[in-house]
Amino acid sequence: MNSSAPDGAAVSCEPRVRADKELKMDKKEMKGWLYLLPAILFLGFFMVYPLIDVLVYSFEEGYNFASQTYYGTGLYNYSYVLHDPYFLQALKNTFILVIVTVPLSTAAALLISAGLSSIKPLRSLYQTIYFLPYVTNTLAVGLVFMILFRRTPYTDGFVNLILGWFGAGPVDFIDGPYPAKMFVLCLYTIWVVMPFKILILTSALASVNQEYYNAAKVDGTSKFRIFMRITLPMISPTLVYLIITGFIGAFKAYSDAVALFGTNLNTAEMNTIVGYVYDMLYGSSGGYPSYASAAAILLFVIVLTITCINLMVSGKHVHYGS
Amino acid sequence: MEISEEKEQHYMEQHKNTGDEFKKIERSDRLRRKVLKTFTYAGLTFWALVVLFPFYWMVLTSVKSYSSYNSEYIPKLFTLSPTLQNYKEAFTAVPLAGYFLNTVIFAVVTTMLMLIVTVLAAFAFARLNFPGKHLAFTLLLSLMMIPNELVVITNYVTITNLGLRSTFTGLILPSVSSVFYIYLLKENFEQVPDQLYYAAKVDGTSDLKYLRKVLVPICRPTIVTITILKAIECWNSYVWPRLITDDEKYFLVSNGIQEIRENGFGRENIPAMMAAVVVISVPLIVLFLLFRKVIMEGVSRGGTKG
Repeated sequence: MNSSAPDGAAVSCEPRVRADKELKMDKKEMKGWLYLLPAILFLGFFMVYPLIDVLVYSFEEGYNFASQTYYGTGLYNYSYVLHDPYFLQALKNTFILVIVTVPLSTAAALLISAGLSSIKPLRSLYQTIYFLPYVTNTLAVGLVFMILFRRTPYTDGFVNLILGWFGAGPVDFIDGPYPAKMFVLCLYTIWVVMPFKILILTSALASVNQEYYNAAKVDGTSKFRIFMRITLPMISPTLVYLIITGFIGAFKAYSDAVALFGTNLNTAEMNTIVGYVYDMLYGSSGGYPSYASAAAILLFVIVLTITCINLMVSGKHVHYGS
Repeated sequence: MEISEEKEQHYMEQHKNTGDEFKKIERSDRLRRKVLKTFTYAGLTFWALVVLFPFYWMVLTSVKSYSSYNSEYIPKLFTLSPTLQNYKEAFTAVPLAGYFLNTVIFAVVTTMLMLIVTVLAAFAFARLNFPGKHLAFTLLLSLMMIPNELVVITNYVTITNLGLRSTFTGLILPSVSSVFYIYLLKENFEQVPDQLYYAAKVDGTSDLKYLRKVLVPICRPTIVTITILKAIECWNSYVWPRLITDDEKYFLVSNGIQEIRENGFGRENIPAMMAAVVVISVPLIVLFLLFRKVIMEGVSRGGTKG
């Protein structure tokens, strides 16, 4: 584009200069791409190519990993996955996880951040503590949660001890009934995602213009009303961001479940969609990249749909002012 | 005279009344504020305890001896006879030190490669002009939407077919690229005034030298941020290493923990397991406490977890 624009003017008078310029341009052009080359190689090889490939895989029926052959193309993989009870279980688990953890963790984080920004002493201590789960290994701390909630012949575990104080019977949260297992999974997921949400919301709250609050104070507005009418609208873009990333993150849940229930999630009835994809690929039930691809694309479609719905709904209610 | 005195008295009386009322309102307001503050602190402390308790429990369990832990049908909240035996066991009974070393190698090499790739690409997008730049950048942005789960499948097949399973090459290469960090750093590079670049050009400085001596030092905070975020990501990565390593020699800490849980320590030696968990958790926590500000700022600018 750049080199073609001045052509008409330059062509007759100074051909040599123009040629020189073009040569330099070429060198410069090459340079830009040269700097990009490593990124292009890595992204192309490990992201763009896989993306196309995964689509191809998902339509190839009966793909054999060893001989790299397949019978034909079609939607069979999708239909297989959608009729697989393990996938349906994973779908159900993932949806429950999303519906429970996203609103709860966002609301709790909002409450905690509001509390944090209303105090002065000890604030940074609290902030530091709240952030700790972010820098811990999900698998490692999940093991601690498992031990806290597990009931074995040798011990009822810590949580059952507390339940006992309130007269509730001992429950095995790890190998026990489905609702109990789901409860622990949700709790652990919330514990893991809270730091990020608290951090983002605290800085959003701090950036609300103080003048609005002063004006409201002069009018004698109640605290609750200030929160509903000023704070909430002002931080609504941040809330939307957190809800969307929360949805995406929760739909991709996997290692939390592994941490609590071990790698054999299908037997534990605790598999998630991502877990299903990996199980199809690897492990005792693995070796089916076609099914894995179909499931992964289904996940992508679900996440994309939910994100679009989120954006559409929030577009009507969110305040994007200066 | 009389009238004005009366007025004054009247005024004083009124004033006294309102003063009393003021005090009353103030008192009740102060009380309400106190109650609210107490509730706030109570709530905040509650969540702090919820966050801290698992950490306390893992340290506590890790210093209980095997026999005393197993004899507690009702778990005790403290111990009077702490022991370090479990830590010894954690390093001798399972190759914990090996997992550690692997993770350090993996994290360091991946982060370094990521930095080189990211800095070069961000520089090209921020400073250089070349045809197709806009298209390339748009493509890059659209890649940000792609979840990792979608590309893992083919990468798994590719690495397997290349015979790179259970090698550091296979572990590291697909983990290098980070689209979002390129974007983040490009935005930061663009904030550096153009004049610096032209001045450097006039002095005959090469692009690479300008990048190394001017741009990178100026944008150090962002570079430190993405370095730390990537290192945390590497330290905690579980899925890819699990798919690609069958050999225990190449396990990272996450896989190591899972392996310990399923096969290590004769399965029921919880105290030793907890010792391993403590050992694995400590480096990141120390890193966090040392670089608290940088990490928290970095995460709020460019982090996600999900």
